[in-house]
Amino acid sequence: MSRVRRRVLFFVPVGIAMAAVLAWGLVGLPSFGLPHSDYARYFAQHATGQRHTTNVVAAIVFDYRGWDTMGEELIMVSGVMGTALLLRSTRGEEHRAARDPVTSELLTWLRPGMIPLVLLLGLWTISYGYITPGGGFQGGVIGAGAALLTWLAGSYQRYQVLTPDPLVDAAEGGGAFVYLAVGLAGLAAGGTYLHNLIPLGTTGDLASGGTIAVLNAATGLAVAAGLVLIFHEFLEDYTETVPDVAAEER
Amino acid sequence: MTTALLVVVLTAVGVLGVCVVLTHDPLRQTVVNGFFGLSLVIFFVVLQAPDVAISELVVSTVAYPLVLLATVYRTGKGTRDPQRKRRAPSDSEAGR
Amino acid sequence: MSVFPYLVAGVLFIAGLYGVVSSRNYIHLAVCLTVMQSSTYVALITVGYLTNGQAPITKGAKPGKPLVDPVVQSLTLTDVVVSVAVLALVLSLALRAYRTHGTLDPDEMREMRG
Repeated sequence: MSRVRRRVLFFVPVGIAMAAVLAWGLVGLPSFGLPHSDYARYFAQHATGQRHTTNVVAAIVFDYRGWDTMGEELIMVSGVMGTALLLRSTRGEEHRAARDPVTSELLTWLRPGMIPLVLLLGLWTISYGYITPGGGFQGGVIGAGAALLTWLAGSYQRYQVLTPDPLVDAAEGGGAFVYLAVGLAGLAAGGTYLHNLIPLGTTGDLASGGTIAVLNAATGLAVAAGLVLIFHEFLEDYTETVPDVAAEER
Repeated sequence: MTTALLVVVLTAVGVLGVCVVLTHDPLRQTVVNGFFGLSLVIFFVVLQAPDVAISELVVSTVAYPLVLLATVYRTGKGTRDPQRKRRAPSDSEAGR
Repeated sequence: MSVFPYLVAGVLFIAGLYGVVSSRNYIHLAVCLTVMQSSTYVALITVGYLTNGQAPITKGAKPGKPLVDPVVQSLTLTDVVVSVAVLALVLSLALRAYRTHGTLDPDEMREMRG
């Protein structure tokens, strides 16, 4: 009997027990589509009035439950750090020139317009995050996508030049640091941690929401830099497998 | 109307999720996972969660495929190809 | 209808768990883990939905319609992005295992060590 089969046989009773507990737990949840807790109703009614942001979700992410988001952001930073540590330490010392001769003609043709457009889309998603759907988390990923596009449409060398490791490392740490610092500033101003101490501005304006805007931008920076770092580590590994066309032709 | 749409989307989410698990070849799994992500995006839109939909959309189009594909290619397309599998250990030993 | 979304969340969770248990490839295992994670998104977003509700954006919102629960949405949206870092960490562990053992199969790795 193979190991996998043994594991699956073990899974059957455990899975059934787990499904039973899961079903028991899920049955206790509020029925689909019914009015929910007072906590949610409070935010839905008062968030815009209290924080001057029209995106209620952003107000919760960066203000009411900003503490949770800080935890999430630190998970992100430590995940990125772990990835970099694991992949950097085992990579061979000899630094071969990255080879990536294969590029799609369509992408090369689209390059001049695509990269700035995607970058702009990322910045736009971040900056309007607390007014319309979007925000630092989503815009950060789009921004990292723009960096990735330079690799897809250009070359790996160009991608490396545009996103030098020290700069990206600094952006990653800087984004997380600003988040922590804004929290401490609230404490220093006599409020609670992450207290919203900047004037709230006019509802629906780009300059609104107080610290929500700052934290939103800091998160966007940290997420974009973190993903670029992850991509960088994985691409460094990937380019080792690309067949060396130039050497074969020689 | 919304109920019918919801049933269709939820069924798609469930079926595609199971498909992702049952696809054993990592390269194919990456593609199926993309469809699963898309079904989740539609589910979030139908349930009035635009922020989450954008989040899932960018993650499943940009981030997941890149990390997965890079790993799949680095490891010689997973362990499906038996010839590749036998050759790989000696490769890594020679490298050290 | 009222239990169907929860049923789907449960199916995703158990299917992902089965994938993790029966997997013979670390990459496959990592993706199954993300399927398990997705089941929590489905459950959370379902809890927050209101019949005839509208998205929690007050700009351009129709008066009189209730907003769906913004709290669960904020929980989900951060987790979706952070899951990338987690997936990357798991995959880098897989890559590292591949470099030292030359395989991605957990069982083969055990045989080689023994």
